[in-house]
Amino acid sequence: MRRAKAAVAPYLLALPAWIWFAIFFVVPIAAMASVSLTTGNILEGFQQTLSFSNYADAVGQYHVQLIRSLIYGGTATVIMLLLAYPVAYWIAFKGGRRKSMYLFLLLLPFFVSFVLRTISWGFLLADDGILFGPLKSAGLLPGDFHVLATDVAVIGGLTYNFLPFMVLPIYVALGRVDPRVIEAAYDLYASRWAAFRKVVLPLSLPGVFAGVLMTFVPATADPVNARVLGGTGNTMIGNIIQTEYMTNNDYPTASALSFTLMAVLLVGIFAYARSLGTENVLEAAAR
Amino acid sequence: MRGKFGDRLLHGYTWLIIAWLTAPIAVMIIFGFNDKKSKSNTSWQGFTFRWYRELFADSSLTEALVNSLQVAVVSTVLTTVIGTALGLALGRHRFRGQGTSNFLVFAAISTPELVMGASLLSLFVSGNTPRGVVTITVAHVLFSLSFVVVTVRARVVGLDPSMEEAARDLGAGTWTTFRLVTLPAIMPGVLAGAMLAFALSIDDYVVTSFVNGSTLTFPLWIMGAVKVGIPPQVNVMGTLIFGIGVAIAIANAIASRRRT
Repeated sequence: MRRAKAAVAPYLLALPAWIWFAIFFVVPIAAMASVSLTTGNILEGFQQTLSFSNYADAVGQYHVQLIRSLIYGGTATVIMLLLAYPVAYWIAFKGGRRKSMYLFLLLLPFFVSFVLRTISWGFLLADDGILFGPLKSAGLLPGDFHVLATDVAVIGGLTYNFLPFMVLPIYVALGRVDPRVIEAAYDLYASRWAAFRKVVLPLSLPGVFAGVLMTFVPATADPVNARVLGGTGNTMIGNIIQTEYMTNNDYPTASALSFTLMAVLLVGIFAYARSLGTENVLEAAAR
Repeated sequence: MRGKFGDRLLHGYTWLIIAWLTAPIAVMIIFGFNDKKSKSNTSWQGFTFRWYRELFADSSLTEALVNSLQVAVVSTVLTTVIGTALGLALGRHRFRGQGTSNFLVFAAISTPELVMGASLLSLFVSGNTPRGVVTITVAHVLFSLSFVVVTVRARVVGLDPSMEEAARDLGAGTWTTFRLVTLPAIMPGVLAGAMLAFALSIDDYVVTSFVNGSTLTFPLWIMGAVKVGIPPQVNVMGTLIFGIGVAIAIANAIASRRRT
């Protein structure tokens, strides 16, 4: 009796989530795949023609924005990694009793809406805002100096918005490094630098991997920073997909673009996992 | 000697990064007190409490905030129940479909929000579903579900199964064991998952922008107003949400310190 109950229990527990994932995740992705192969328009309806021309058209038309997004996302990720590693290192090894306070301070931005945070950067960087306004009137900056609507503003915004997602996984990985292993390196006459390069750094790579995964994907696909901080020359693929769906109602092109973006990101992630020697992406992400 | 200097340098650097991360929050709070006369709210023009008094003066903004809160509460409750159940199943039991479940959880976390929103829109368009508060809530449950599952599963895995066995040996039924032993033990994980779900929901712009129809949430309202200028009330609301969030987090930290 109890055995039968125990056998049914996990299925009953999992069922609601399975239903939710099936109806609102698996089916929609399949629906989008189907829509990406149709032709037609919103007024006359879309016919399923199983044509891949949408993909060719979409990539042909928007490869500039697609490549730009990858460059922005990639650059922001590299900068985040360089900025985040020393912070994570210091908190993990030197934070002492104040570790949780430092982590709390790093997470403070998450208590402010993502959109609002980005707009606050717009305030700070405005052409005549509180940062550049006084400098300009003092003659320290030329009158036409501006940061908004440039590559720097958008990449800076992406870096700012996702930085904590890079710090946390690296911090967790570093926190798991056994201090005795580092002591052993010193006992074997390793210099500080050698101990770091040969012992600490390799042990922290799973954290680096998770951090890159958690920042590169959302940064590349983000439409908010480009819209708030960028100009017409900084449009990213996220903005294009939004416009194609919401303004142009061109669902086939938009679906094809979404899939292309996802495919490019997946290929990137797996290639990156390979190069790092991580056999299983799922496992690495679960750690 | 060099080590000490390096440590000091890293210490200062960490504070510099923290200052950088918190600067826009300070700007948001300060400009909620700006007595602005012109349309834009980017230069300081004097101190006032006016925007706190006239917090709800713009009815469409107030409505957006109410929508956001409603969606966040409903989706958090739903996500927590569904997600805790799957987290329990994955952490405690071995069953067919476990691998698929783990894959779905990971896939939903790593799918770009943009793709998730776009695919949901494809579904709602094909099904002629009217878009509004309901579709927004459905989407929010979807993107926060995996986070609750992961948080609860981590807690369940770290749990000693002998406690539940002891309860059963003492004659407790399945439900009694769950209510009196399992649930209290996994509660910190469930609460953390619920808080995460609430935070993700109230903050979301990208997914919501696809499935909202003509309904506006707080982030969507703000994005719509970017080009015309953000009214100071937005800063005040952001400040209040920030204050409440920080207060809850600190209270939670103090409470958990007392428990241990």
